[in-house]
Amino acid sequence: MSSPRHRLAPARGRTGADTPVKAACEVLGRRRQGPYWVLSFAAREIAERARPGQFVEIAVDAPHSLLRRPFSIAGVSRQGVAAGTVDVVFDAHGPGTAWLSTVATHDVLDIVGPLGTPFPLPQRKVNCLLIGGGYGSAPLFYLGEKLVAQGLRVDMIVGAATEDRILGTIEAKRLSATVTFTTDDGSYGTRGRVTDVLADTVAATGAGVVYACGPNPMLRAVSEGCVELGVPVQVAVEELMGCGIGACFTCVMPLRGRDGEVTMRRTCIEGPVFNGARIAWDETRVRLGPTVEDEPDEPPARPTDAELWGER
Amino acid sequence: MSSDVRRLDPAEVAGHGADRAEVDLSTDLAGLALPDPILTASGCFASGREMDRFYDVDRIAAVVVKSITREPRRGLPTPRMAETPSGMLNAIGLQNPGVDAWVAHDLPWLAERGVRVVASIAGKSVADYRAVAEALRAADPEAATIRAFEVNLSCPNVEDRGLVFACDPSVAAEVIRGVRSVAHVPMLAKLTSDVTDIVAVARAVVEAGADGLTLINTVLGMVIDPETGRPALSNTYGGLSGPAIRPIAVRNVHQVHTAMPEVPILGCGGVREATDVIQFLRAGASAVSVGTSTFVDPFIGPTLVEELRTWCAQRGIATVRELIGTCTPWEA
Ligand SMILES: Cc1cc2nc3c(=O)[nH]c(=O)nc-3n(C[C@H](O)[C@H](O)[C@H](O)COP(=O)(O)O)c2cc1C
Repeated sequence: MSSPRHRLAPARGRTGADTPVKAACEVLGRRRQGPYWVLSFAAREIAERARPGQFVEIAVDAPHSLLRRPFSIAGVSRQGVAAGTVDVVFDAHGPGTAWLSTVATHDVLDIVGPLGTPFPLPQRKVNCLLIGGGYGSAPLFYLGEKLVAQGLRVDMIVGAATEDRILGTIEAKRLSATVTFTTDDGSYGTRGRVTDVLADTVAATGAGVVYACGPNPMLRAVSEGCVELGVPVQVAVEELMGCGIGACFTCVMPLRGRDGEVTMRRTCIEGPVFNGARIAWDETRVRLGPTVEDEPDEPPARPTDAELWGER
Repeated sequence: MSSDVRRLDPAEVAGHGADRAEVDLSTDLAGLALPDPILTASGCFASGREMDRFYDVDRIAAVVVKSITREPRRGLPTPRMAETPSGMLNAIGLQNPGVDAWVAHDLPWLAERGVRVVASIAGKSVADYRAVAEALRAADPEAATIRAFEVNLSCPNVEDRGLVFACDPSVAAEVIRGVRSVAHVPMLAKLTSDVTDIVAVARAVVEAGADGLTLINTVLGMVIDPETGRPALSNTYGGLSGPAIRPIAVRNVHQVHTAMPEVPILGCGGVREATDVIQFLRAGASAVSVGTSTFVDPFIGPTLVEELRTWCAQRGIATVRELIGTCTPWEA
C-alpha cells in the first residue's frame, strides 16, 4: 500500500473508545465485487473503535446533495500493513452512491463514525446462524470473524435475487461450518427465499441465535420465522436517515417494550441492530412481498405434437 | 456545496487573522447574554446528549432543545424525510417524551453539564402551551438552566380546524399571552414564513408580550416519487430546511427588522458558513440558530464560531454586535 499523499487534519472528536469521530479519510481503493462496490479508506480512529453492525456516514459531493450517506462497516483492519483501514460495500443506486462509485485512490472523504449499536455478542457458548440478503451479507462476514474468534460455530444462509447479487461466496464458505445459498430465481443454490430454508437450517445446525442483515422485508420474514421457532434474533435494519447521529428523528422503527407499549426508536443511535422479535413489524410499512410459493412452481407442461398440430 | 471535504479545517484557518483573540463575539438576545451568536435550532440537536458524544455541548452559546409538548408524542410514521436540492423535507410530528419526562430525564443532564437552554414549547391549544411553560417554570424556578422560552407557533391548532397558530396574528398573540402569563424567562416567538404578511404576525406577538422573535421555521413543501406517484413523506407535506431556504429566512429577518428595529431576532434557516451568519446579522438578527447543517457536520457550531472570529479579525471588526442591522440599501 502506498503512503498517504495528503497530510490530513486530525480526526475531531473525543478520545473515548465508544464515541464517534469526524475524520478526513484517504481513499485506499475502490473495486467491483459483482454488481456492488467495495470502498476502502484510511481511518485509524474509526477502525480502532468499530464493531460489527455499526456504520459510517460519508459526505458526498453529488450535485445538490446535502446529507451524508450511511454505510454499514464491512470490515476493519487494526494490525499489519493495512492497519487503520475500513471497508464498506455498496450498491450504486442513487446520486450519492453513484458519486461514491467514482472516487479515486488518494481522494479524501469526510466521514463520521463509527455510529449506531453493534451486534451484541453471545455471553455463552451457542451456535450462531448468520443470514444475509444481497450486500447485507457484508457486515455479517465481519461479525462472523468475531464469533469464530470467540470459538463459536458459525453457519450462514446467504440469499439474493439472482446469482450475481450473492455477495462473498468464498468468504461465506471459508467462515462458516455450512452455507446455504438461496436465489429467488434458482440461478444459484436453493430456489426461494432465505426464510424457506430457515427452519431446516436451524434444526440442522443447532443454531441458538440468528443474526440477520439485508432488505427490511427479509428481516421481517426472518424475525417472524425466528419468533415461531423460538430462536433469539438480532437484525440490522435499513431506514432512511437524515443525520445518522441521533439528532433528526427521521429514521425511526416502532419497537415493542417489555410492557407491550410501542415507541419509535431511532435506527441511527438506538439501532441499527435491534432485537427482531421486538420490532412491531405490523406497525411499519415493511411488507413481506410475494413469496416464491405464490408463483407457479413447475414450468407449464409442454404441449405434445398431437396437441400442437392435431392428428396428422 | 455539499460535503465538508473541500472546506478548510479551522485549525488551518487559524493564524491568518492578526487579532483573532481580540474579536468580541458576545451578543445579547432579548436579555439573554451569550458568549457568541451561534445557537442550535429546535429539533436539530435532539436533547443535547447525542451531540455530547462529539464534544462538550456546554461550549454552545445556547442549546434550543427539541420542541416539548404537554403529553408524550409518538410522531408520524415513516418515511419522515426526503432530501431536496440543497435541503431536506421533514415531517416528524413533534416526537418527544412530553414535558414530565423531559423534566425528569433531559433537564437534569443539561443542568449538570451547565448548558444554557432555550426550551422550545409546542402545543395543540393555548392551554397546552401554558401548561408546558408552567411545568418548565416549576422545574427550574430560578432559571438556572432554562434561560429562555421559544414558542413554536408552527403547530396545528385543534381548536381551529388544525390551522397553524403562526398563520393568524390574533391566534398567535393569544398563545403568546397565555405563555407570557406564566413565563419567568425571556420569551421568543418562532414564526413561519408561510404567511402573506410576516410583519403583521410579528407585530401581534410582540404586542402580546414576546421579548423577541425566531425567524423562521421550515417552509411547507412537497416531494412526489415520480415512479410510484406517492408523496415522499407519509404526511404528504413537510417542512423544507437547509441552505435552500436561507434567502427566504434572510428576507423575513430583514422585513421584520426594518419594520421593528428594536425587536431582538434569532435568525434561522440554512446557516452553513460564517458568511451566512454575517448575512443574518446584517439583516437584523442578534444571533442565529443552526439546524439542518448539524446533520451534515456535528461540529458545525464550534466551527462557525472559529470561522466567524477569523472573518471579523481579517476585516478589523471588533465586535459582532456592530454588524447587526447593517444592510446598506441601494440608493434610489
Ligand atoms: C428534522 C427537523 C426537526 C425539526 N423540529 C423542530 C421542532 O421540534 N420545533 C421547532 O420549532 N422547529 C423544528 N425544526 C425547524 C428548525 O428548528 C429550523 O427552524 C428550520 O429547520 C430552519 O433552519 P435550518 O435550515 O438551519 O434547518 C425542525 C427541523 C428539522 C429539519
